[in-house]
Amino acid sequence: MEPERTFFEYLQSFSEAKSPIDFVLIYDNLGRFFDGALVTLQLTFLALLVGGLIAVPLAIARAYRKLFFSPVIRVYTYVFCGTPLLVQVYLFYFGLGQFKAVQESFLWDPILSSPWWCVVIAFTLNTAAYTTEFMRGAIETTPHGEVEAAKASGMSALTRMRLVILPNAFRRSLPAYSNEVIFTLHGSVIASTVTLQDLLGVGRWLNGRYYLAYEGFLTAMIFYMAIVLLITVALRLAEKRLLGHLRPRETSSSAAARVAA
Amino acid sequence: MKIRQTIIVSVVGAMTLMGGMAAADILRIGVEGAYPPFSQKEADGTLSGFDIDIALALCEQMNRECELVEQEWDGMIPALVAKKYDAIVASMSITEDRKKRVDFSEKYYFTPSRFIAKEGATFALTPEGTKGLKIGVLRGTTLQCHVEKTFPGADLRLYNTQEDVFADLVTGRLDMQLNNTLGALDGFLNTDQGKGFAFFGGDVDDPDCLGDGTGIAVRKGDPLAGELTAAIEAIRADGTYATINNKYFDVDIYGK
Repeated sequence: MEPERTFFEYLQSFSEAKSPIDFVLIYDNLGRFFDGALVTLQLTFLALLVGGLIAVPLAIARAYRKLFFSPVIRVYTYVFCGTPLLVQVYLFYFGLGQFKAVQESFLWDPILSSPWWCVVIAFTLNTAAYTTEFMRGAIETTPHGEVEAAKASGMSALTRMRLVILPNAFRRSLPAYSNEVIFTLHGSVIASTVTLQDLLGVGRWLNGRYYLAYEGFLTAMIFYMAIVLLITVALRLAEKRLLGHLRPRETSSSAAARVAA
Repeated sequence: MKIRQTIIVSVVGAMTLMGGMAAADILRIGVEGAYPPFSQKEADGTLSGFDIDIALALCEQMNRECELVEQEWDGMIPALVAKKYDAIVASMSITEDRKKRVDFSEKYYFTPSRFIAKEGATFALTPEGTKGLKIGVLRGTTLQCHVEKTFPGADLRLYNTQEDVFADLVTGRLDMQLNNTLGALDGFLNTDQGKGFAFFGGDVDDPDCLGDGTGIAVRKGDPLAGELTAAIEAIRADGTYATINNKYFDVDIYGK
């Protein structure tokens, strides 16, 4: 009888037997990929959190066409939505570093000298710009009746914003926000171009270290897919809960129609 | 004879275009383009440098029509294996790790590598002394192997091009960088950018990682390796090599 082989031994024999992919190398370096995934998640969610917080007041100012603020914010969102994220990151990382004044300012150490902070700042400003614009849309499309009802029950402008307009605008922008979360995750690969060891950075490290073509990319891809799957499931659950009232209701007649079909 | 020089900037470009253009008799050579004085891009987009001149001289010697294909460094070997080109003339050191993936010609030059830091820096080049030091190298080089193996505690940063490494050394994002001494002199120390910086420590001695000399990589089992070795010997003998060498360097970089 053949002796029991451990999973690792199986992997080794498979990789040596002319497998196009070196699974042993991937297995040996899985720890690094988990570290990389952590960096990717930190960058993505820190940017989303801070960017989201910045976006709320900006979206309100845009929706109510506040004099002065609204056009300034429009210019900001136009610049950050209208230029590639890669260019923005390079501008913060390589661009600002060129100026002696920046290097000598208090911002250099520890903020602008660190690739991590440069990337976080660029990602945050980028996602804030996108979030501002679709949240503005959601605020503007608040049904007029809701606002009137709130006024009629004596709510102040602030209370109306807090209890009626914003919660509903958040709900309605959730599908758009799901996309934004995934786009930000996808965009986070740019971190690897400025020396950060995020998921793609680790993949490129593995390829570079062992002169491989796709082992690193393939592993990174599987990690990204797993992360996206988790995000999608979480957001779908949130949508189900928060947007439940907008789903077509299951009635006895529609159930009967389905059975008949 | 005609020498065509095709410049394809992106990997994707290289993949889509080269696939269709591959003709059996044209020798396609993978080169880099951001590693002065070995290879660099001129303002008009053409490639120049020691590697480029050597590649063209070898083609002339072998009487082959050649095409230069530009490729970013960390995809160099994968693109060779994937037949995007047939040989790599890009200052690639001959190492055991690389020999697992590709074959090499005999060396066409050998230069040592050294660290560069701010003038008057006082680091200790030991595992303890380099703990937390920010050291920059080009991704996927023998130097990455050396720093990872010898100084595991260092904060190693990997860059896409050597020019980016120098840029970050100047801004102070890096404490040290490691590369080939000749590349460092001409590409950095002897330029305005490199003022205030100097070599730090002696030549790196690590044959396991650094290999023995710079060769031309070809796919495994490709007889081209022997032809290239013969061509290197021929241009060494007829003085072509010396002419190219003297265009860029004061010393003969072929080594012993």
